[in-house]
Amino acid sequence: MIRAIDIKKSFDDVEVLKGITTTFEKGKTNLIIGLSGAGKTVFLKLLVSLMKPTEGEIWYDDTNITKLNKRQLIDLRKDIGMLFQGSALFDSLTVEENIRFPLDMFTKKSKKEKQYRVDEMIDVVNLKGSNAKYPGEISGGMQKRVGIARSIVLNPKYLFCDEPNSGLDPKTSMVIDDLIHRITKENQITTVINTHDMNSVMEIGEKINLLHMGKLAWVGNKDEVLENENELLQNFIFASPFLQRLRKRALGK
Amino acid sequence: MILNIFYHIGRFVNLFRLMFSKPEKLSMYWKEVARQMNDIGVGSVLIVSMIALFIGAVAAMQFAYQLGNTFVPLYYTGYVVRDMTIIELAPTITCLVLAGKVGSNIAAEIGGMRQKEQIDALEIMGVNTASYLIAPKLIAALIVVPMLVAISAFISIFGGFLAVVPTGMITEADYVLGLRSFFVPYNVFMMFVKAFVFAFMLSAIPAYQGYFVKGGSIELGKASTNAVVLSDVAILLSDYIIALILT
Amino acid sequence: MIISFFYHLGRFVNLLRLMISKPENTKMYWKETMRQMNDIGIGSLIIVFLIALFIGAVSAVQIAYQLGDQIVPMYYTGYIVRDMTIIEMAPTLTCLVLAGKVGSNIAAELGGMRQKEQIDALEIMGVNTAAYLVFPKIIASLFIVPMLVAIAAVVAIFGGYLAVVPTGMITEPEYVLGLRAFFVPYTVTIMFVKSFVFGFILTSIPAYQGFYVGGGSLELGQANMNAVVFSNVGILFFDFIITLMMT
Repeated sequence: MIRAIDIKKSFDDVEVLKGITTTFEKGKTNLIIGLSGAGKTVFLKLLVSLMKPTEGEIWYDDTNITKLNKRQLIDLRKDIGMLFQGSALFDSLTVEENIRFPLDMFTKKSKKEKQYRVDEMIDVVNLKGSNAKYPGEISGGMQKRVGIARSIVLNPKYLFCDEPNSGLDPKTSMVIDDLIHRITKENQITTVINTHDMNSVMEIGEKINLLHMGKLAWVGNKDEVLENENELLQNFIFASPFLQRLRKRALGK
Repeated sequence: MILNIFYHIGRFVNLFRLMFSKPEKLSMYWKEVARQMNDIGVGSVLIVSMIALFIGAVAAMQFAYQLGNTFVPLYYTGYVVRDMTIIELAPTITCLVLAGKVGSNIAAEIGGMRQKEQIDALEIMGVNTASYLIAPKLIAALIVVPMLVAISAFISIFGGFLAVVPTGMITEADYVLGLRSFFVPYNVFMMFVKAFVFAFMLSAIPAYQGYFVKGGSIELGKASTNAVVLSDVAILLSDYIIALILT
Repeated sequence: MIISFFYHLGRFVNLLRLMISKPENTKMYWKETMRQMNDIGIGSLIIVFLIALFIGAVSAVQIAYQLGDQIVPMYYTGYIVRDMTIIEMAPTLTCLVLAGKVGSNIAAELGGMRQKEQIDALEIMGVNTAAYLVFPKIIASLFIVPMLVAIAAVVAIFGGYLAVVPTGMITEPEYVLGLRAFFVPYTVTIMFVKSFVFGFILTSIPAYQGFYVGGGSLELGQANMNAVVFSNVGILFFDFIITLMMT
């Protein structure tokens, strides 16, 4: 479980986050949603400690990560996996080498053990046969899957995904969402996903945090989205008149 | 590899053939040339002055040191510094550094325009992009680089003075005597020929690299690196050829 | 401007300080260093060879030409070519060109990694990115650049021979006599000190430029250019400092 307590963040004199308190639960896919410029990316970077908040605390279970020094932070990061928006695969390494990289860097396993783990991961993300390809030779969806495999190869307790669906077609998006959801359930990971894809919200939104202008505007799950009358939420999820008509019809109005 | 070289040479020459055509609107070209002269020339004065100062200082100190244990008189330092900077160091080193600055700039600018489809946009409008984008840069470089080299030569000689006279390695009278002896005006001519040719190399090669760039930011970075390295090699190659022909 | 200079200097020193730490996994660092040695060293052999040949040829032709109307004997050509290439031309010009090739490569590679969030990805894994990405490059270059410069010096002297002996400007015995006259082994020390320092400059400055690049492809191009230009200025500045201290 990750708790954020009254998080504030300013750049120069501009306050981007104005006091956010929320929790992200273990074994669930927790979503952060909001319009572009709402502060989602900054919030995610604070959560993974790539930036420090101006005020407030972030707790990973029993550890306050805003108080850690560099060495302690590096130790904590062994428990964190992250999927980046552009996948952030290393261009000069093959699919297999990308997935093996954390194992090479941080474990003393034998070659055979590592290969076993890599094969296992490639199986999980369904990429058999692409082992020796380079990131430039595979599609965006496949790159995302390699990114997922790399982020969970060390069995993290916390998984962060920055816009996992950006640049993907709806079908591929769903494959990626399902994959993240399944991994979260199977390994009981605390997963935090930053998205503005409404399909993801409706499919895997087990806990949804809506950010608006640097504040938490709404919290709930996917089942509540349809019924809730929060105006900001409805404007975000059902942005087009077409979707609004669909919602009305679904609610029988 | 040989085939590859000829492919690039062919495309390079073709690009310059395309460049020579009647401009659509002369005033637009003139404005662009003036802007480029400002970018290339004024934008590089500071850096050229700085490196010239170091070059002159190094040349003078090393000659004074080397002449110290031969039977050649010390006042030769001034003479050798003058000739070395004018004939060789000022044009060559200045232009190598300018290839890094101006060249990589040109490659990045034109390459960026290609990748963001701005060149295609100009083509659709009916602009001759080869001449509109490249000719002003080339002309500006041909005018401005020889001036920069001349400035560099002056400052190098002054840098040499600063390095050896106040430090007491050579007296002022000796250094000046050296500067004024055995002067051959032909050397200055040689300097300008070199500057002129190098100016062409360090603007044309990067323009070519940028104009035909493909793909993403990795390719753009590669084109930029190639622009600098190939200009450097071309400058040193033509340096040799000019030295061979003119001496 | 002064403040900005100190800001960058401070951040540069800080990057170097972050770099020095216990490696997470010595084997991975070793592998990366070997890869860099191959990239920087083997990848630059041809170009270093080429430019050294020209440098030697130019020096020899021009010195023979200048000595032509002097009281100094012709065999001095070999002597001056040897000392000029060893002390000055081989280290400085080779490293200026390497700054264009290796330096801009490093800036583009690290800058691209920064922009594509690959550095953040490493950071999240718990890798000390400053150490893993920068340190192997600097170590590799400290080993390889002096070797490249030594090769350049030998090739340049040979290039000088090719330029003046077969063309009949000087006889072979004269050139060789010059090469063997007044040899001071200390000049070779100067050459290695220079190439060592230049090797550090031409990797650390571009690494800094790439590591802290922001935003889009325009910034990347800018960082790339700054990497080359600042390395060039750094090389010429330290050329001056080393000459001052060692002669």
